[in-house]
Amino acid sequence: MSAAPQKAKAGAEKIDVLVSAVVPLNDLVTRFEFKRTDGKDFPPFSAGAHTVVEMQDEGRTRLNPYSLMSDPADTSTYAISVRRDDQGRGGSLFMHQNVSQGDPMVITYPVNLFALDLRARKHIFFAGGIGITPFMAMIAQLERSNGHWELHYAARSPELASYATELKAKHPSNVHVYYDSENQAIDLGHLLEGQPLGTHAYVCGPAGMIQWVHTTAAELGWPEDNVHSEEFLAPQPGKPFQVRLCRSDITIDVGENESLLEAMERCGVDAPFLCRGGACGQCETDVVEHSGTFDHRDHWLDEAEHASGEKIMPCVSRFLGETLVLDR
Amino acid sequence: MSKFQFPESILSRPVYGTLAPRPGKSHLMIADAEGAEALLELADRDENLMANSHIIYLPKDTGETYVDRLRAAGPNQLYVGPSFAAATQRIRHVLGQAHMGLQVYLTGTEGLIGQAMNEATAVGIPHTAIQTEHRGSVARRMQCVHCKGITEDVTTDPFVCSHCGLNLFVRDHYSRRLAAFQGVCIDAEDPGNVPDPVELYS
Amino acid sequence: MTIQFNEETFRDDYSFRNSDWAIKRFPFPFHEDSYMYSVNMEQHRGGPAGSVYEKRFDVDEHYVSEMRDRALVLDDDPLRCQSLPHMTLAGWDTLELIMVSKSEDYPDLFELHRDGDQWHWINRPMGIEQKFTFLDETTLPCGPLEYITRQAQGDFAVLDQRDEMLWMDAGMVTTQADWSLDFDIGMNFFEWHAPVPLAHEMGIFKRALKFLLNIQQGAPARRLNWTMTVNPLLDTSPENYHKWGIQKTQMTPETIGAKQHLRVELQTFYRLPRSNALLFPIRCYLIAFQDLTTIPKWGRRLHRVIRDLPEELATYKGFIDNRPMMLDYLSQFDDGQPTSPGIWPDLTSEPALKK
Repeated sequence: MSAAPQKAKAGAEKIDVLVSAVVPLNDLVTRFEFKRTDGKDFPPFSAGAHTVVEMQDEGRTRLNPYSLMSDPADTSTYAISVRRDDQGRGGSLFMHQNVSQGDPMVITYPVNLFALDLRARKHIFFAGGIGITPFMAMIAQLERSNGHWELHYAARSPELASYATELKAKHPSNVHVYYDSENQAIDLGHLLEGQPLGTHAYVCGPAGMIQWVHTTAAELGWPEDNVHSEEFLAPQPGKPFQVRLCRSDITIDVGENESLLEAMERCGVDAPFLCRGGACGQCETDVVEHSGTFDHRDHWLDEAEHASGEKIMPCVSRFLGETLVLDR
Repeated sequence: MSKFQFPESILSRPVYGTLAPRPGKSHLMIADAEGAEALLELADRDENLMANSHIIYLPKDTGETYVDRLRAAGPNQLYVGPSFAAATQRIRHVLGQAHMGLQVYLTGTEGLIGQAMNEATAVGIPHTAIQTEHRGSVARRMQCVHCKGITEDVTTDPFVCSHCGLNLFVRDHYSRRLAAFQGVCIDAEDPGNVPDPVELYS
Repeated sequence: MTIQFNEETFRDDYSFRNSDWAIKRFPFPFHEDSYMYSVNMEQHRGGPAGSVYEKRFDVDEHYVSEMRDRALVLDDDPLRCQSLPHMTLAGWDTLELIMVSKSEDYPDLFELHRDGDQWHWINRPMGIEQKFTFLDETTLPCGPLEYITRQAQGDFAVLDQRDEMLWMDAGMVTTQADWSLDFDIGMNFFEWHAPVPLAHEMGIFKRALKFLLNIQQGAPARRLNWTMTVNPLLDTSPENYHKWGIQKTQMTPETIGAKQHLRVELQTFYRLPRSNALLFPIRCYLIAFQDLTTIPKWGRRLHRVIRDLPEELATYKGFIDNRPMMLDYLSQFDDGQPTSPGIWPDLTSEPALKK
């Protein structure tokens, strides 16, 4: 209709913030708390939502998604917890090494790709390591609405089990913690088969754990829709390749250590995105022409779409071959 | 032959499949009339299935035709009852006691499938996880959009609402929550001009 | 400006009227001389001053009377407002969004004072003052969705988002283009749109769903839809079709200009923060043909659109039988001159009718 033509910008709406606290929790994990620069309240959010944090790292803009782990009802502060990944692409290292209290930063409005199913008669949470973060917000939300929940949290050791002591103290009968160092493990099959009808399971942790919960639940006859997971894929490095962007009328080079999306942004192309982890579908891009092989790494497109060679998710997926032309 | 191929229709109209054994420690099967045939075929496909199954069967006008064969298939529990209303409390009790992983199989008329599905979704089983197979009568359960009354076993279009008496045409628009198709006044714009009823799908 | 609220009815004697102000700001839905479905979405971030797009929730001269009509519909049939049990939080989200928006956008008409969860709401046009505790249903006379949508023009569908799908799990629906909330509640996006012809085959709903699933907090969207209504009847519900359907047959060439109304829906879409649900307000604007054709560009264009509309659409929108009479009437406002692109009236630049 075009009452007032406005072009949508890529990504979610942004919020200017100041780092209000930096709280190291253990050797690997640090919590960062934010206040709004303009002194106003943050928008409320739904538990399970993430924010994308912009990092200005020596002329390069890094954009990393982190689950919001603060109480969704507390609009004065947003908090994330970041696990240092020494082998990663540098976002978490930047947060750990370069961000201090009082620093200005830019984050996005909350986006939820891992929402509670509010119809559930019971919520059962499975967390692995840093995967505890979205459940911190979910627990806070359900506590306010008298929701029925329990948490099964696996961590490497008591020292590395962020928030375990605090959760256990607050909710002794709902929280169960398992330490690898003490050879404790979640008895998943037994737990899943005893749940009442209408239970929803949620898992956040390493890829292997997510797979394990999905597979075990399916074997026990759980409906697929009752098992929820969120896995952000960090874009993995790969061989450099060249792409022709026909709408923008440019040819760009994608380097070894950047994603196709990042390369487009570096070259000034305004490409849509939200999660930057292959999950939300927002950056889906049509392939106009190709000769070579796709390296699809997303969770969004189905197998047939991957095989068709007609679509690519530039936030995580790559390409090997002669020619790639995208409708962007 | 109790199978009927429904013509392709709009996206709200339910589509029925063929029951297949699924993994799970317990199985609830609800059927009416010729739906028994689908359960017997299901039993043939997995010899271990029936030992963990609870069958709720409403023979309606098929009387004793299938009852002995169902019993012979060896279900853990078999209930044979006169009507869905009579069976409802039992169905709710079974669902209330059940654990995640329960598999639900519904077969027979559209009215039975829809009402039983409502009971199962009410306790939190997603409708997408419930298997259905149509057998037997193609009569429909219709809601009058005007008075909200349900008319069971409608076989003609148009038909007369059994509650308010309006002449209604049969739509394919279907509500899972009401387990009914929508009936809408056919002569609102030309009162009294009601076409002769014709058999559904004729 | 201060709005003068009309004293008018949308039933019986149909005293509804649009002022000159309301005619000029009418959301005319055709940006060219023909119409076909499209995913015509754009961001909802204001619009030209005075237009219906300017505010988040437009309040116009019909506000008080529309709310009175809604109350009558609900007295008659309380099932027009329903909320499945898991949608209460989305109801509070809706209440918050509307109260905050209206008090900020129309401070002379609405006030909201918040002290923690103790809220104080003042609605001057309707003479309502309410103190309540946010997120505590026991402190409101009815559920939060019903409470606030009895004070906001247009219908409201509240869509839960699960499993890459939208589910119509709550709503307030009394000014609808012939669909029933009571029947459709609980359906998914494809199911409640199932009766719409052609659009499924065109892939319209698949694309629209992808767009809607990705609507984010702080970035609402909007689109227009339209149909035809005889008499300014807001409640064209299937529930009452056996009562109002006959009116479609009671127009004559003499009365069509006054009785035939173009019915336009300004649909907006908001991601709700606490529930992650999607709020889908459907605001209905009515305009009589005789008023619409006072804008030369709109008169020319409406004639061409109605003339060339595919038969399936005219049938679905319920005016196939009246189309010949409509065209007879509208043709007198179409002199064959070209029209300017876009939806605006362009009163100063568009030529007067040459007939």
